Amino acid sequence: MAHRGILVDVTKCIGCGSCVEACQKANNQPAHEARGLDDQTYTYLMDRGNDVYVRRLCMHCEDPSCASACPVSAMHKTPEGPVVYDASKCLGCRYCLLACPFGVPTYEWHSATPRVQKCQMCYTRGEQGPACAQACPTGATKTGDRDELLAEARRRVVSDPKTYFQHIYGVNAAGGTDVLFIGPKDPQALGLPKVNRNLPMPDLTWQALKHVPDVVMYGGVLLGGLFWLTKRKDDVARAEQTERGKHHV
Amino acid sequence: MFRERLSSVRLGFWSVVGGLLIITLPALAYIRYTRGLGAVTHLSDGFPWGLWIGFDLLCGVGLAAGGFAVTATVHILHLKDFKPIVRPTVLTAFLGYLLVITALLMDLGRPWNIWHPIIMWNPHSVMFEVGWCVMLYTTVLSLEFAPIVLERFQLDWMLKLLKPITPILVILGVILSTLHQSSLGSLFLIVPEKMDPLWYTPILPVLFFVSALAAGIAMTVVESWFSRRAFGRPIETHLLARLSRVSVLILALYLVLRLRDLAARGALSTIFPLTRVSMMFLAEIGFGVIVPMVLLAFARFRESPRRLAAAQGLVVLGFIFHRLNVSITAVQAATGHAYLPSVPEFLVSAGLVAVGMTIFVLACRYLPVFPEGAVVEEERSRHPAAAAVPAALRSEGAETAFDRT
Repeated sequence: MAHRGILVDVTKCIGCGSCVEACQKANNQPAHEARGLDDQTYTYLMDRGNDVYVRRLCMHCEDPSCASACPVSAMHKTPEGPVVYDASKCLGCRYCLLACPFGVPTYEWHSATPRVQKCQMCYTRGEQGPACAQACPTGATKTGDRDELLAEARRRVVSDPKTYFQHIYGVNAAGGTDVLFIGPKDPQALGLPKVNRNLPMPDLTWQALKHVPDVVMYGGVLLGGLFWLTKRKDDVARAEQTERGKHHV
Repeated sequence: MFRERLSSVRLGFWSVVGGLLIITLPALAYIRYTRGLGAVTHLSDGFPWGLWIGFDLLCGVGLAAGGFAVTATVHILHLKDFKPIVRPTVLTAFLGYLLVITALLMDLGRPWNIWHPIIMWNPHSVMFEVGWCVMLYTTVLSLEFAPIVLERFQLDWMLKLLKPITPILVILGVILSTLHQSSLGSLFLIVPEKMDPLWYTPILPVLFFVSALAAGIAMTVVESWFSRRAFGRPIETHLLARLSRVSVLILALYLVLRLRDLAARGALSTIFPLTRVSMMFLAEIGFGVIVPMVLLAFARFRESPRRLAAAQGLVVLGFIFHRLNVSITAVQAATGHAYLPSVPEFLVSAGLVAVGMTIFVLACRYLPVFPEGAVVEEERSRHPAAAAVPAALRSEGAETAFDRT
């Protein structure tokens, strides 16, 4: 697998919840009703009415905000696609929770040794791929190479404009994601998070961070120069004063 | 006579409140470390940063900015007149940073990993830069603070070692502070869609730096005034008045930056119709920036220590208002997630302030923080009334330091 992705076709989803069940089993979470993303729930189904069900899960951004935000790279984007988390590095600053434009990472608020929790695309299952895709009986959640999935999503959307809203959620949002959604209505109507920006979020902080070396170098020269110049002025003034003192005597 | 008694009663009252706050700290810490952040805070997945980040970290660091501003004035610009306020300011900054680190130990979910940024690098993370700046600048501050302790214990040979590197330390301190103050603003650059346009702007780092300068100077003034009340030591009014003229300039610069930026992004119009959110903005700019800027522009306000402290107190409050608006109000307005700090969150924040003030008072009493001799003499000649503080108002330690002159 070159670069794994997940395609969610909302029109095919029957709301059976197999993906949710498989996800909980694969991640050793006790079986429970999933009503939102939390520290025990990596995916759940939103019932949008009229038999429309929309999954929520980590979008696995191409350039993830969480990985960029993390001071110790506890979050990182693997070359295979999944964005994964290493609790042994984590300080628990929760900047990843704030930074994520999709509101995905969650936290173990009631633990003395808390971890961040989120879908990791079943990274540890290797070539088997994510459990949710394997469990889906209708092919509404499909996994494979991202480029191939994207091509397929385009085919479906273009060939059937009556069924599909003409947009693939995840192509551009926040610089592109490995999880793609197509469906009968626009993403907002489906209840997917509104992300207006089509460029990677980490660029925004880099605009500031890239100036750090300049601040150090120019700042050093400027401050050192000021120190030297004003010190000289000081020395001159003092020398002049002693000089004058001598004359008076 | 009556006034004297009144002030001592008031100090007594605050000591009791402070003492109670400090006693509750270990209890709250115990609950937090055994049962998790959720047991003591109102934080949630939708609102992962609360009062401890918004107040303790953002304000704690900002209010310590006087440290680099005043040391730079004296050691880099060689404006030696300001020397008498260097030590109390450095002490404030050092304590400020130690308290920020303490607050972080409470707020971080896995504080035993706090040292990880030393070996696990991510130069693309603003938090990584913040972490490094806190570490390095706290080290610099401890070295800038060291002479006060060394002098007390008469370790002259160590003082001699420190003296030649002071300018280097000060320059390092200014660079680190510039990076650090601004990067606290950069933290929020990554969430353009989770913040109200009245506060989100690409120039957040610049705004954070400029407002920290104003707040740092304001803290220096306010803290001088408090020391005067607590120790009955004369206040360097003429120095503080000169600093406050600079405050007017910085506040004006901040105001122009802020309004120009809002106008450029078309965000000014979002003030109307007036909502709770835009009222917060107007209060922050009005009472925290415009009012003190106008007041400090008048000599009448700069020359009375009490009025000066009041006006600069507004600057401090406005600064705190801004940081809380950025970290809480703006996020609330844009995401719709509700957050109101819990009582324990307030108690911890207030408790840490109480710890800081207690250590400050103790340090002033037992260490040579305040200048002796010449400055006091000068102050006496300029403001005989201010120097003649009743002995009853003075603490024992300060009294001896004062009477030695």
